[in-house]
Amino acid sequence: MNGDWPYRLREHKGTLVAFGAFIVMFTLYAANHPAGFSANVATTAANKGVLLAIVAMAQTLVVLTSGIDLSVGMVMVLANCLASSIVVGSPLMTTLGVLGVLLVGCVCGAINGLIVIVGRLQPIVTTIATGAVYYGIALALRPVPGGDVTTGLADALTGQLPGGVPASVVLLLALIAIVWVPFRRSAIGRATYAVGSSEVGAYMSGVPIRRAKFVAYTLSGLLASMAGLFVTFITYTGEASAANGNTYTLYSIAAVVLGGVSLFGGSGSAIGAIFGALMFRTIGDLLFVFNVEPLWQPLFQGIVLTAAVCLGALRLLRVRNRLELYG
Amino acid sequence: MAEVQSRVNGGGMRAMADGLRRHVDPAIAWAFGCIVLVLLVGSLYSSSFLSPQYLLQQLKVASFLGVIATGMMIVILLGQIDLSVPWVVAVGGMMATAATGWGAIGNVLAIPVGVACGVALGIVSGIGVAYLRIPSMVVTLAVNAVAQGLMIVHTGGFSPQDASSPAMRFLATGDSLLGIPNAVIVWMLVGVGAVFLLTRTTFGRTVYAIGNRERAAYLSGARTRLVVMGAFALSGGLSALGGVLLAGYASKAAQAMGDPYLLPAIAAVVLGGTSILGGRGRYLGTVAGVVLITLLQSILSVMQMPEFGRHVTYGVVIVAMLLIYGRGRKHSE
Repeated sequence: MNGDWPYRLREHKGTLVAFGAFIVMFTLYAANHPAGFSANVATTAANKGVLLAIVAMAQTLVVLTSGIDLSVGMVMVLANCLASSIVVGSPLMTTLGVLGVLLVGCVCGAINGLIVIVGRLQPIVTTIATGAVYYGIALALRPVPGGDVTTGLADALTGQLPGGVPASVVLLLALIAIVWVPFRRSAIGRATYAVGSSEVGAYMSGVPIRRAKFVAYTLSGLLASMAGLFVTFITYTGEASAANGNTYTLYSIAAVVLGGVSLFGGSGSAIGAIFGALMFRTIGDLLFVFNVEPLWQPLFQGIVLTAAVCLGALRLLRVRNRLELYG
Repeated sequence: MAEVQSRVNGGGMRAMADGLRRHVDPAIAWAFGCIVLVLLVGSLYSSSFLSPQYLLQQLKVASFLGVIATGMMIVILLGQIDLSVPWVVAVGGMMATAATGWGAIGNVLAIPVGVACGVALGIVSGIGVAYLRIPSMVVTLAVNAVAQGLMIVHTGGFSPQDASSPAMRFLATGDSLLGIPNAVIVWMLVGVGAVFLLTRTTFGRTVYAIGNRERAAYLSGARTRLVVMGAFALSGGLSALGGVLLAGYASKAAQAMGDPYLLPAIAAVVLGGTSILGGRGRYLGTVAGVVLITLLQSILSVMQMPEFGRHVTYGVVIVAMLLIYGRGRKHSE
């Protein structure tokens, strides 16, 4: 195509590696599944994977600005609790409910963004504190697990399309097409990358850094609330579980890193993070397929995660000057 | 004459105020101010909040968080973060109680074994951060996962003893000197050690230097990688010590015992005026942050505020306090 393919290849290396690793793992999984690889197996795997993938997308947007969002899991839990109360009833009520949940997600993300941008607090501390607030609100909505959700919609989004294609995969593709691609191609999206690469440089070049950060945080909240909706569709209930929220926050960071997104910001893509998330889920499934004792599964998962993270150290081999190591 | 006198006094006051400002970190002053405020608000509700028994009891509860936050502070001063606290705390508690099960030798070895396991995990994190140059947020996350896996195999496969040894219970619940709880004394010893380490040793000065600019510290001949690894080892050891104390306090170790300590530890360090970007912060601030968070949690629960209200207030107070004194610089500055 153009003469810039080496640059483009380098730019997307992380995404491609994550994609390749996921394909290898998933093939291994599908080929060795004891019950044979059926549409049902694929749907269950897809639902779990897509859920983490959406949270990882949410995390990616903030990480690209060289921030971190430790409240994604809690926004997800809040959306889950809210959805179990308002996404129910007639089609009109359900639609309004879904919109309401998404709006709350946007507001949560916008609050994070405002505190970071206008308040000039560090994202990591800000989102710890706002995460506590969002969890508190979730707990107020659902002191005990319960609630209900429109079954038709839930089954449609977590089931299969004609032909055995998991509906959740289509949902994920739609999210990429509606949220990620327009964002990446817009001026604001490019500004997000610029802010992540060098905030001072972006400021000096007149990039609208505040607007870019604000959009990134708000979209992150929106995606996190979509994940919360999806949890509700899978479980049919709402539960204010702090453990769930924290687990998804931590997993989303792991997925982002596995997907080749730099935690220092400015490099990587949500597509990579999605494959990172799917890969992370497949690791767990692989252990199950290969009959690793359930007791040992968490340990193996930890070791695989550590090994994957250590692969990042390979870049040390290419360092010419030791000073490059020290930021 | 009187006018002159007052002008002299005014000058003296101003000089004193300047001197104070130079010596007292405004963030630490704010944190202590907030402690007083929280206590005053509490005392409006019930006068027992000002009683020595209540305050000592709170200090005792605070000392567990205090020990853990000490390690977190050293790592944050480097400009890094330690997300492995939850399961390193659990490892400390569970390995110590498991060692207790070995009999007479186990009783003696319980505490050292627990702390040593934490140090080992800290060294693994440290190698990842210092030598492999992987972001600390990811390495410590991975170590946390491995620690969790190890403990699940350990408890599920070997069903070790989970009751704590008499020594652990003595450290966590007893009081020996003038009615001061032993846990507070442990925290004081840890704190004095940390202050000495940070202000009077090469290690401590290097920690601050790395937090400001690792490249500069390296070029001036500091062994930065060794220091970074050491800091993570210390953090692991102190988290595990916190776990040992917690296991002694509850007289048994449990899997999720460390979960409620990660975020409060980070919050306490930051509320105490330590910059999350590293290189700036004093131990006194961390003490203030720990006491403040413990008091806040305790008073909210004594006031019988429902659980959701406690979470909301807790988050709002942290943001509000940081907005007052913890803000970053503007681009134009």
